[in-house]
Amino acid sequence: MNNEAIEIKCLLEALFEKSGHDFRDYSTAHITRRLRHVQTLSGAVSITHMLHRLLYDPAFLDLLLHQLSINVTEMFRDPGFYRAVRHKVVPLLATWPHIKVWHAGCASGEEAYSMAIVLREAGLYPRCQIYATDFSPAVLNEARQGIYPVERIKAYTENYLKAGGTESFSDYYTSKYDYAMMDNGIKANIVFAEHNLAIDTVFSEVNLVVCRNVMIYFSRGLQTRVLKLFHESLCPGGILCLGSKETVAAECRPLFEPLDEEQRIYRRIYR
Amino acid sequence: MKQPYRAVVIGASAGGLAALKALFSGLRAGFPLPILVVQHTSADAGSFMTGYLDSLSRIRVKEADEKERILPGTAYVAPPNYHLLVEPEETLSLSADERVNYSRPSIDVLFESAVDVFGPALIGIVLTGANDDGSVGLKRIKDAGGLTVVQDPSTAEVPTMPLAAIAAVGTADHVLAVEKISDLLNGM
Repeated sequence: MNNEAIEIKCLLEALFEKSGHDFRDYSTAHITRRLRHVQTLSGAVSITHMLHRLLYDPAFLDLLLHQLSINVTEMFRDPGFYRAVRHKVVPLLATWPHIKVWHAGCASGEEAYSMAIVLREAGLYPRCQIYATDFSPAVLNEARQGIYPVERIKAYTENYLKAGGTESFSDYYTSKYDYAMMDNGIKANIVFAEHNLAIDTVFSEVNLVVCRNVMIYFSRGLQTRVLKLFHESLCPGGILCLGSKETVAAECRPLFEPLDEEQRIYRRIYR
Repeated sequence: MKQPYRAVVIGASAGGLAALKALFSGLRAGFPLPILVVQHTSADAGSFMTGYLDSLSRIRVKEADEKERILPGTAYVAPPNYHLLVEPEETLSLSADERVNYSRPSIDVLFESAVDVFGPALIGIVLTGANDDGSVGLKRIKDAGGLTVVQDPSTAEVPTMPLAAIAAVGTADHVLAVEKISDLLNGM
């Protein structure tokens, strides 16, 4: 193991002991890249220097956690996925009297709001409760506010149309100055809360789990843990949506059956 | 002589399809090293290029899957809209993390993670393109003692990226037309 790899291992141990956030089972290449980025941003001379700062400088600890959280997201990202939700997932959700959705790793909330819009256009939203969770309090604050730079709205509108949107996207936000704020009707049935997939457990039985482009940063071992957590959280026949390049680890395949293989949508098997 | 190299990374941007076609159709059957490829594309490009390169190549060309083991004699292409990275246990990772050099996938991201794993046993190749992605990564490969190869800018459809790579490394080990890059690899 080279020195940098040893330093990173020590830093992740220290971060876990100090904050309770566990990145020890994340993809090494991803964590290495993120930490080098923080090193450049913060002007730290080495990873070990960062270790010292995370212990003694609370502002640096916040910066580190923010930089290690996944902040890249957009509304109706992968429109083909949302088309599949409309055609294949919505009819199944409609069979349940109350619908609980868990959006795990929601970051700044764009994809949770997108799902809320799909559910509203399907006429299901009044009987839906969406739990949108992330480990990072900072991104959850952004998500709760639901205020996004207005220059992104054009791309979101294109995505919405490609995703099979049936209304006018501009009905779902109000613009003010350079920002667009999500409509209160869309916000109404979403609760944003802290949950860390690497350490926390089941909190509710749900009908739909959405966790897209989160587990690609995890090791196979942590992916298996999280897939078992989703299996435990889903009601029989409940639905699991992963990112377009994510795969179900071999030992978890018996727990789920594909509903749409291409869009990585699965059902918890009845058992 | 013992084969000193264990993997090849290739980055291409504007004009890359024709360059990759020439490079891959020139590779011999049984070429032993794994090849990792980043070609800049639009986010919704689909996987046409991968199938096309596979159909004209004597080695297997496939889209990289998350957590896939890197096998000899196989080429892995980064999927559109995902960075491709190499893990220490010689598996592949994908990342939807922010763009680097306005690009996802980014050539630098692949090159830097590959050199972390393969060190001096890595061959880095920068082909045609209209930006400077790949030049930082190629410099890292050079510094680690790996082999640096750049498409001869005078033969590139767009010379910007090869020129940037040559400027970044100082002296590239080889500056060649794409067909000659195939010959170089075939001699490995």
